[in-house]
Amino acid sequence: MGSVGAKDVPVLLSPEGLRIDGRRVDELRPIKIQAGALKHADGSAFVEWGANKVMAAVYGPREVHPRHLQQNTKAVIQCKYNMAAFSVDERKRPGLDRRSQEISKVIAEAFESVVFAEEFPRTSIDVYIEVLQANAGTRCAGLVAASVALADAGIPMADLLPAVAVGKAGGAIILDLKKEEDNFGEADLPMALVPQSGRLVLLQMEGHMTREELSKALDLGVKGCRDIYEVMKQALRDRYMVTPGQEGAA
Amino acid sequence: MSEEVTAEILTTHILDLAGKGKRLDGRAADEYRKITVEHGFVTTADGSALVRIGETAVLSGIKLEPGKPFPDTPNAGVLTTNAELIPLSSPVFEPGPPQPGAIEVSRVVDRAIRAAETIDLTRLCVTPGEKTWVCYVDIHVLDHGGNLIDAALLAALGALTHATVPAKRFGIAEADYPLEVLHLPVECTFVRLGETIMVDPTFDEERAAQGRLTIATDETGRIVAMQKGLVGAFSPEDIKAMVERAFAHGERMRAIAKGGNA
Repeated sequence: MGSVGAKDVPVLLSPEGLRIDGRRVDELRPIKIQAGALKHADGSAFVEWGANKVMAAVYGPREVHPRHLQQNTKAVIQCKYNMAAFSVDERKRPGLDRRSQEISKVIAEAFESVVFAEEFPRTSIDVYIEVLQANAGTRCAGLVAASVALADAGIPMADLLPAVAVGKAGGAIILDLKKEEDNFGEADLPMALVPQSGRLVLLQMEGHMTREELSKALDLGVKGCRDIYEVMKQALRDRYMVTPGQEGAA
Repeated sequence: MSEEVTAEILTTHILDLAGKGKRLDGRAADEYRKITVEHGFVTTADGSALVRIGETAVLSGIKLEPGKPFPDTPNAGVLTTNAELIPLSSPVFEPGPPQPGAIEVSRVVDRAIRAAETIDLTRLCVTPGEKTWVCYVDIHVLDHGGNLIDAALLAALGALTHATVPAKRFGIAEADYPLEVLHLPVECTFVRLGETIMVDPTFDEERAAQGRLTIATDETGRIVAMQKGLVGAFSPEDIKAMVERAFAHGERMRAIAKGGNA
């Protein structure tokens, strides 16, 4: 990306093995998830993850627009990942670009792997992801937000989809890259996990890693996803769990 | 029951209530929903504000970048306002190019900011005819509970009043400095429901409305912009009364945009 003021490559890993923000190599940034953050969507979630702020909304199952995408045996899952113009250092021109379209596609495909779409033939489940503030890992933050939003909308699915990016910076395999590590690091590998099966439904990679490093990165990512999975479940509990004696208060 | 049928029943109910001077949410005809402003919500923006009016949430972010002035105004900076009614915010919005509704919000907000001379555009000029600051006001509707125009301008104003010119980052000056804001326009929107004129309409009230009028005022007592929308009509007497109400609400909303909440 290379922002305007960026000239020198920062030191990404200190001799003590600490990262630019003081994290250890296997440490996540703080993550906060609010289920049901919007009033008018069927399901929604707001995720603050490090310096990322991402809102997701789910509408449906509802009529398919455009009509020709309709499928007779199952619901179609349509995903729109979009970045606000002010979400990055240099203003992003509003509207669709190739990067957003690709991310939308891989996220939609990840959800198609877990949503019981055949229960809603001839409908559309629309997933909207808006990146309000970006600091690397927005597709993972978006996926996590959308997954909680789908649960909030009551869409039946096999599992929630925690996601995280693993990468390589300063020669080390690190979990959950922040912006400088993404810009100046050696590799970026976002992934999404189905925790109950232990399988990955989203996996991308850019950069260079050895076989050993990749293996290590995958293990680290799965472990990170499992931690995020707990935060996602807790967000849903916070929204829906009713303590005895307080039924109907929510 | 289909959405159209429920909408029609709700419209009838809203109009019945309005005949008795009442509203669905229990507010008085001249009462706003709760307004809150959160400044600096987005740190990647040069200024930002998240405004909530009841169930409506609008986020505005400012970005300032060096660019070229227009040939016909070589000494002035450039200001552009863009509103996105993204489908995340409401079941009624669909993806695609900006619809007339989004264009109207952008233009009405832009007109108020421009007409009130909120920012002295000549102060944005760096080198006449060659280099100037371009001020982008981007408005994102997050939750559509009605009265988007008032929320959008309030968010834009909240963002502008807390914006920083990133002069150091672009190598134009030694240090960043606050964006100078000269005037504080706010818009106040009314709808006619039967014979009653209600301020700050909800989404359902807008759908039931027989005309909508937005009035922008500034702190010096000027009316700086107006926009009538939807199908319906207002008498000159109605309009004069609304202008008075707009000034009264405007004063309070200006204080909210600048600082605290109410």
